[in-house]
Amino acid sequence: MMYGTFDVVVLGGGAAGMASALEMDRRGWRVAIIERESRLGGILLQCIHTGFGLIEFDEELSGPEFAERLSDRIPGSKITVFVGSTVIGFESMEEGKGKAAGQVVTFASAKGVTRLESRAVVLAMGCRERNRGNVRIPGTRPAGIFTAGLAQRLVNIDGIMPGREVVIIGSGDIGLVMARRMAWSGARVHAVVEILPRPSGLPRNVVQCLNDFGIPLYLSHVTTAIKGKDRVRSIEVCPVENGALAISKAFELPCDTLLLSVGLVPENELSRDAGVQLNPATGGPRVDSQMMSSKSGVFACGNVLHVHDLVDNVVEEARRTGAFVSFWLEGTRPSREIKVKAGSKVRYVCPGSLDPASNNQVSLRSLVVKDGAQLEIRAGEIVVKRIMKNHVRPSEMITFNLGTTELGALAHIDDATIEISIP
Amino acid sequence: MGERVFDVAIIGAGVSGANIARHLSSYELDVILLEGEEDISFGVSKANSGIVHGGFHHDGRYLKSRLEVRGAAMFDRLADELGFPFQRCGIIAVALHPDDFGALGQLYERGRANGAPGIEMCSRERMLELEPKLTPETVGGLYAPCGGIVEPYRFVFSLVESAIKNGLELRTNWRLESASREGASWRLCASTGSSVLASRIVNAAGLRADEVSQLFSAEDFTIKGRKGQYWLLDRLTRSKPSRVVFPVPSAISKGVLVVPTVEGTVLLGPTATELDDKDDAATTRDELEYILRSARTLIPSISETDVIATFSGTRPVLGEDFMIQRSGLVPGLVQVAGIQSPGLTASPAIGEYVTGLLAQDGLDLVPKQDWRPLLDRAPHARDLSFEELDQLIEINPAWGSIVCRCERVSEAEIVNAIRSGHHTLDGIKFYTRAQMGRCQGGFCGARILQLIMRETGLAAGEITKRGGNTTVIGGVV
Repeated sequence: MMYGTFDVVVLGGGAAGMASALEMDRRGWRVAIIERESRLGGILLQCIHTGFGLIEFDEELSGPEFAERLSDRIPGSKITVFVGSTVIGFESMEEGKGKAAGQVVTFASAKGVTRLESRAVVLAMGCRERNRGNVRIPGTRPAGIFTAGLAQRLVNIDGIMPGREVVIIGSGDIGLVMARRMAWSGARVHAVVEILPRPSGLPRNVVQCLNDFGIPLYLSHVTTAIKGKDRVRSIEVCPVENGALAISKAFELPCDTLLLSVGLVPENELSRDAGVQLNPATGGPRVDSQMMSSKSGVFACGNVLHVHDLVDNVVEEARRTGAFVSFWLEGTRPSREIKVKAGSKVRYVCPGSLDPASNNQVSLRSLVVKDGAQLEIRAGEIVVKRIMKNHVRPSEMITFNLGTTELGALAHIDDATIEISIP
Repeated sequence: MGERVFDVAIIGAGVSGANIARHLSSYELDVILLEGEEDISFGVSKANSGIVHGGFHHDGRYLKSRLEVRGAAMFDRLADELGFPFQRCGIIAVALHPDDFGALGQLYERGRANGAPGIEMCSRERMLELEPKLTPETVGGLYAPCGGIVEPYRFVFSLVESAIKNGLELRTNWRLESASREGASWRLCASTGSSVLASRIVNAAGLRADEVSQLFSAEDFTIKGRKGQYWLLDRLTRSKPSRVVFPVPSAISKGVLVVPTVEGTVLLGPTATELDDKDDAATTRDELEYILRSARTLIPSISETDVIATFSGTRPVLGEDFMIQRSGLVPGLVQVAGIQSPGLTASPAIGEYVTGLLAQDGLDLVPKQDWRPLLDRAPHARDLSFEELDQLIEINPAWGSIVCRCERVSEAEIVNAIRSGHHTLDGIKFYTRAQMGRCQGGFCGARILQLIMRETGLAAGEITKRGGNTTVIGGVV
């Protein structure tokens, strides 16, 4: 067994992990990153398409290029990186009699088992793809079914083609990007089938990855069966009309390969083991205005907290989280917090509370598609702020700031709660 | 030198064939186990409830009931010797209405008559104490403390490994195509062209036992498939009971159960549908919804958000009882057919019973002086303490490379599986549990393909999910 001590241990070396670690390093803390794969970068490394970095670097980069912008800065920092290392234990100890709060992270690598003690931990494990079982698609269990992300890794990193006659279930961004990638690689992509009446991915991906390639998108269609004994032979698809399956209109889409892009879930098994409270609406930890979870000294950022659309937003959130960790290590805490809750037509709001004495960045997702929408931020009967939005939809995260101007007046009201809704 | 003549050829490496093989391996015999699929335990034995039953479901006049009680009692010793995952967690049957007590009383009396140890009728309070997650609608129930859970494929793997260690020959991907008399022996030919000579034959071919019987011109019977569908829940579910939970059973089925698997996940199911096509393994929307509804009447907190996989298994049905007998038409052939529930529970006793039938047929049973019943325990990263894992990594760094994060399976375990002959994705899954967790191979699938290629020299396009035409990959980019 090997041992080490750091101020902060970061779980995960993707965009969120690197960006938060760099910020904490810049502020003088001793930081370690633990990464499962053999190099830093996370899922960006298999995203060889462009479209990353427009906000963060003001230029259009591929995933690996974006990752390099961060990882190139690591050697010049004092950050210790453990790659090929899987966390196998995480305990978060509360403050006790004469004992400070502390974190113990244990990981395995080819060198052995290592135990790190630290004051703080940043959760940056990212998210995982939902699979066929999660969305409960009935039928046979033949070869040829892949999550879109696994297919992306096989094609872009291992140089392996999953198959030639492809249907994609779900219109998440990875599915859309993979529709184009498979078409480029010589496969025939017959359709993308989406259960909802609108695409789950970003509009630009629908245009660039489907429309430009003439790939049909079946909206409001449910996959009712996967067929084929050995290898996938077809799927049975049924339109939804007036909220019910129109069984008589069901049809088959022949294919030998199915890619699933049916949503992402924050990967919080380690957080749960450590007793961190999760928000069922996001699948990520409940965090306060400082991105700290229910466990003292345990922070979260990036897709492990809530699934983002853009890595640029992940990096911004992670950098901010790095600064919050630094304040906490210095002993600075907000004097009070105002709770935030998701109101009408809002799926979730992150973080779960705000600091009325400073500027807060708030992220939320709408439950509805709406033109000319208005975000209404209320504290009881008082409307704190209204924000006009040309267009809101579930697939696009909305971010805005709430500062002392809006929140200052609430600092003196006991139990003040803010509710954000889309009336 | 003449061609080797096996004393016994067993057709079918499921849980029956494996137990028969293991039992025979303790005698001075030449035995061969022939499996048509790419790996052992790939048929009926891979997909069932994984339960060691409590001895109260079946009437003692049935052979299956006697073998169930005898087999259930044999599991402790087998698990000690072989180290497969097994736990006597107990079984409860839940009454949701006072009318259910009539049926439960019958089960209780049957259990007592069968000699099921410790069986108990329970009040509502006792039931909720035994299993606090039960519905508040519970009015009482039955408790069979000796019932248990087992990982069926690991059970089969351990039995066959033990038998191989004691001299068993195993052929996989060896599908019987014809059988003919050659002197006092049988010439068995496979579709691949290879053939085997054996004096005595055991037909333990599961769903194909009827076809095998026909190849020998033996008894004419038909095996029907009865499909059962299942949900598999993540090990992190909050709805995991600590005991196997049964409803009060109906005439045709034991009903939808909630099973805490021995590896920590939860199974819901099975349903029971008679099949026209024995190979129809599809799950269906209606039945999957029925399972969820039924399971929730027992444990209301069960959530579909915990589901990580759905699958089906098919039981080979031939009348009410097992058919285990010496063929009346063909000397030297023992039929082991219609081994549906409680086949897994009964299987150790089937091994013993079939050995007895072979002896009646004149097979000479001389115990092996050097029989080695114990299998070395293969460690699993998930079960090891940090210190134990650290020590293994020092010997072999592949222990420190965790390939499957959900079930915590190391590269060393996967390489061991491949080197032991499990080189399909499903074979590795059943042997190591890699790809069996919440991501269902989404993260580790690519690594496992790479490891199979490295260890076997197969090209990506040659790797299969479970043999035959189940090729995983379409080619190279």
